[in-house]
Amino acid sequence: MTRERVAGRPRLLIPQTAGFVYCSGCHEPLVARAIAEALEELGMGDKTIGVFDIGCNSFLLGMLDIDSVLTPHGRPPDMATAIKHVYPDNIVFTVQGDGGLLAIGADPLLGVLTRAEKITIMMLNNAVYGTTGGQMAPTSLVGQKTTTTPEGRDVIKSGFPIHAAEMIATFKGTAYSARGAVNNPYNYERTRKYIKVAFDKQINKAGFSFVEILVACPANWRLSPIDSLKWMEERMIPEFPLGEFKNVDKIE
Amino acid sequence: MSERMFIEGNEAIGWGATVAGCQAFFGYPITPQNEITEWFAREFPKMGRVFVQTQSELGSINMLYGAAATGIRAMTSSSSPGWSLMQETMSDMANAELPCVVIDVQRGGPGGGPIRHAQQDYFQCTRGGGHGDYRNIVLAPASAQECCDLTQLAFYLADKYRNPVVIISDAIIGRLRETIEVKKIDFGPVPDKDWAVTGKGRHKDGKRRVMEHAGDLFARYPSYQALLLNLDQKIKRMQKSELRYEGYKIEDAELILVAYGYTARVSKEAVNMARTEGIKAGLIRLITAWPFPYEVIRQKASQGSRFLAVEDSLGQLVDDVRVAVESRAEVGLVNILDRHMPTDGGMILPDKILAKIETMK
Repeated sequence: MTRERVAGRPRLLIPQTAGFVYCSGCHEPLVARAIAEALEELGMGDKTIGVFDIGCNSFLLGMLDIDSVLTPHGRPPDMATAIKHVYPDNIVFTVQGDGGLLAIGADPLLGVLTRAEKITIMMLNNAVYGTTGGQMAPTSLVGQKTTTTPEGRDVIKSGFPIHAAEMIATFKGTAYSARGAVNNPYNYERTRKYIKVAFDKQINKAGFSFVEILVACPANWRLSPIDSLKWMEERMIPEFPLGEFKNVDKIE
Repeated sequence: MSERMFIEGNEAIGWGATVAGCQAFFGYPITPQNEITEWFAREFPKMGRVFVQTQSELGSINMLYGAAATGIRAMTSSSSPGWSLMQETMSDMANAELPCVVIDVQRGGPGGGPIRHAQQDYFQCTRGGGHGDYRNIVLAPASAQECCDLTQLAFYLADKYRNPVVIISDAIIGRLRETIEVKKIDFGPVPDKDWAVTGKGRHKDGKRRVMEHAGDLFARYPSYQALLLNLDQKIKRMQKSELRYEGYKIEDAELILVAYGYTARVSKEAVNMARTEGIKAGLIRLITAWPFPYEVIRQKASQGSRFLAVEDSLGQLVDDVRVAVESRAEVGLVNILDRHMPTDGGMILPDKILAKIETMK
């Protein structure tokens, strides 16, 4: 009988001995863990290159024990494209925030979708710009108070949140698009599987793969970590439903 | 092994990159550099090398960043407005110390400008171009042959200094069709790229590699000051060792023209015309627009030579000549306002330069 490893720290997760950089209640370290677990299960840690954006997600660069690059703000899809063309047998993924992918990074995202690049993009959606202090993001909810929408996001002035996973699923070059969350063990487990499937699409050269992950940002939501979980359940998940929006083995 | 061809400067860049071992090219359409991008689209896939038509110049330069981070030789090309778009990442690559080659086939500006020839990106190329303290070596071809040879040199210098290298061309040099010899030039060994991001499994020590452009995130340097010190020393090393220029009839010259690119060819013609009139004229043709031959010009100025900057812009290169002479000598200027026609097809021609030489003799 083979013994299954069911607990413990993933080997690809670097111990944060110099101090932990994330705010209390932040979900991003859980995403790092989910990525590390998915890569370990696939046995691909040595053949993976991570591409990280400017923003809180760049701290993940210090958490995952894989070859990594940091890009100018919004440009991870470009760098990942080039790296994937040079090393087609590597897994090449990006981690980006909602602003980094959907605002400043919309140009490289559309480029990647148009060319059907065989890379994986993971977008952390916390409905604000986290690192810079909680400004309105493309994914901010209608009515959500941020430092640049002090009266709440007004649809007449600033439109509606973008639903990235649904939008990306409509592109023919997309092999996989899903949205997960890490707010409870069940959702964490589902998200880890989404990430693994997305990487699998690269290994099988199926097409572009995308995973959006809802993450809490208590510091900028101006809520306690516990209340953030509640806000996630009551506001974020109803606006951004979880699940798979596309899953095909071959693009055509 | 060498091969003779009758091709444009823009295409010669492709052959230079090929024999230099460039493995990837990223490009976006913009006039007047389209022949470069089309050349790579046509030839590179046949060689099993990477070509990607990008969604913008931002895409081109950031794909170049990605490819260069893997340690391969890679390049992109653009023209003035696209070159402007690339500057944030040029600055990032200077910080990250990534070897790569970028071609700017200059067109007119400011703004969208005319799509034909001009030389108005001199400041932007020679001063770094983006934010922060850095310099790039800037090579200035003046023939199709040099487009091929300086592209090879660019890859060597990029690897030697772990720094981006810029080639400043223009629409005339780019579209000029000449016979060239494609010959691989051996510049000697370059440093090992142990820093390359390739996937942990490819590293002998099994340790991860991280490529970043913040400088202090992962202790590449012990401090910000140390990073700046390294950049400063590198800039000084490049200035000391990589100056290249062609001195044409300057030994006895009382009036020395200073030019690069297409206006340098025109200037040479003007020097010959002046010599037949008995005027002792000469030419310093920049092969590196940066480093600039300040010392050479200063020496000539103190020996009594006067100077005439010739450039297809309102006056950028002339500032460097003025800095070099330190008020020791008169500095004249033939500029874009001296074109033979006021339209965007107008060029600086030898007779205009000669007329200026005659007023300065």
